[in-house]
Amino acid sequence: MNVAETPFEFFTVAYLTRIGNQSAGNLEELLTGLEHCSDASIFHHTYQTLSSHHFLTEGFSNDFAQWALAEANRDALAEQFAALDIRDYTSIAALRTDLCRVLRDFITAFPQFSRQEALDRFYFCESLEVTMPFSLTASNLDEFRDGVATISHASFHFHFVTSRLRLQFRTNDFSHWLAGSLGLDSLAETINHIDIYTNTLDSARAKMLRLVDRERRKHEHDANPS
Amino acid sequence: MSTMQIPAKVPLDDYTSVIGAGEVAELRTLARPLAGRSVVMINSTAVGGGVAEILNRLVPLAEELGINIRWEVMTGGEDFFEVTKAFHNALHGAPYHPEPRHFEIFRAYNEKNARRLPLDAEFMVIHDPQPAGLISYREKNANHWVWRCHIDLSHPHPAVWNFLENYVPNYDAAIFSSPEFAKQLPIPQYLFHPAIDPLSEKNRDLPPEFILDVLARYGIDHLRPILTQISRFDRLKDPVGVIRAYRIVRRYFDCQLVLAGGGASDDPEGATVLKEAQHAAEDDPDIKLLELPAWAPLEVNALQRASTIVIQKSLREGFGLTVSEALWKKKPVVASAVGGIPTQIIHKHTGLLAHSIEGTAYQIRFLLSHPDIAARLGERGHEHVKENFLITQNLKRYLTLFLKMGKSS
Repeated sequence: MNVAETPFEFFTVAYLTRIGNQSAGNLEELLTGLEHCSDASIFHHTYQTLSSHHFLTEGFSNDFAQWALAEANRDALAEQFAALDIRDYTSIAALRTDLCRVLRDFITAFPQFSRQEALDRFYFCESLEVTMPFSLTASNLDEFRDGVATISHASFHFHFVTSRLRLQFRTNDFSHWLAGSLGLDSLAETINHIDIYTNTLDSARAKMLRLVDRERRKHEHDANPS
Repeated sequence: MSTMQIPAKVPLDDYTSVIGAGEVAELRTLARPLAGRSVVMINSTAVGGGVAEILNRLVPLAEELGINIRWEVMTGGEDFFEVTKAFHNALHGAPYHPEPRHFEIFRAYNEKNARRLPLDAEFMVIHDPQPAGLISYREKNANHWVWRCHIDLSHPHPAVWNFLENYVPNYDAAIFSSPEFAKQLPIPQYLFHPAIDPLSEKNRDLPPEFILDVLARYGIDHLRPILTQISRFDRLKDPVGVIRAYRIVRRYFDCQLVLAGGGASDDPEGATVLKEAQHAAEDDPDIKLLELPAWAPLEVNALQRASTIVIQKSLREGFGLTVSEALWKKKPVVASAVGGIPTQIIHKHTGLLAHSIEGTAYQIRFLLSHPDIAARLGERGHEHVKENFLITQNLKRYLTLFLKMGKSS
């Protein structure tokens, strides 16, 4: 079994939600908010909300889509917001640009809805992050498997989803390490394709563990072909 | 001022079966840098009410994590609690006629308590308006002070809020239960959802025979659908509206309605509301109006678990933790879109929201006709509570706050 020179270090993460001073009662105000809110706010309403609502695997994508659907009653806009996949982004700036574009296009197409009052306001919040090492490292595939099976939801989300913003690549910490440190490119790629929108964090983790187990069995078989 | 002695400690490891070993390990990891550091929580009541219920569990759990935490309860005379009750109602938007002596009483009791209390913990967490004035006795920049406001400040009585504004901006941070409950303040404001304890008597699993026994005691038929609202007999909980919604549902389904709660025996308005509900019920044997004692957690638990659908048709609401209690028991919930309820009920995902009596009745009929959808909503509701509204999440938020504040100093 391959041993990595650089072990994988598991981190845990906790977020404090800060209530912002901005809120929006209609689409025009939402656009102003989206243009001016902090990066931590965009992160909160997209990446972080996916973690705290990971158990919703049908039709929940981000807070903007949910608000457009449930409060502003604009299904088509909700669909457009929901179609933005955070895995396609390696920066908050790019995600913000697309969120604003979607909303601006909708307002241009349907100006009559831009100032229509929503049932409830959208309150912009921010996620303030605290990260800490979990005192858990992995140097080979067995230890990696044990670590992934042990960590919390927040830790799994941190390494599997928000990692794109840190790495600035369209991949995750797990795949990055499996390919870079253990040379398991194919496993890394398959893991990177697990869909976080149609899986809960638990089912995504279970799928990943199954893939890792399959790889371990392959290694065992290669080592003892008889 | 008295330090609370908490009788029954529930070890953190007991929560492993509920939230998983990873989440418990995470709490221990986050708490490590806080070991030995001091926290004092101050509120105004040792028993009764949601705040005391939360502190009863939160404090021993934090203690087990090595934090030097104490829970202090403010003392005051009847005059003080009369004033603060009026403040409380006024902050919720009730009419109020302020008198200068009310503010003087508030200041005097805060000063008295400040003389007895240790205000030198590294993190001071002051719950609700009653002890908010203690901030005046803080040694300058010596420690971190946080005001935890559990009430809805979105439409406060101006005189009371103006008075509290003498104190609140002097804190380092404020915590609210919902973004819409917050105010424009010059200090950081954080969002902490209230929480339920899955291992408490109100929420833990119950043997089926106990549930059947409770139903039998109240004459409820376990073979027919049971619609339940657990709430004080209070107009803002709209018990008469619930009865009207039930009557619409009854045209299509042979079901029963249970309205259970306290507040009628010790509150004159509660007694009036109960009478109104009795009048609306018109001796319908399938409507059970149950006046429970103030603290009947096992009965509430059993009634929620026995329910086919749980209703929370409030006209106004704080956070409405009874919704989380029902969701934790995997019950489909039909509730009004007021206060903190939409945070718990994500429409069509974790329950159904309604805006009227007719809408409430329609959503109930829909769920009675689609038990598979009802079951799925209940399952997801349970997951929502597990992820966001359990006491362990609340503990995690406090640990994160202390880590952030401690680091900033």
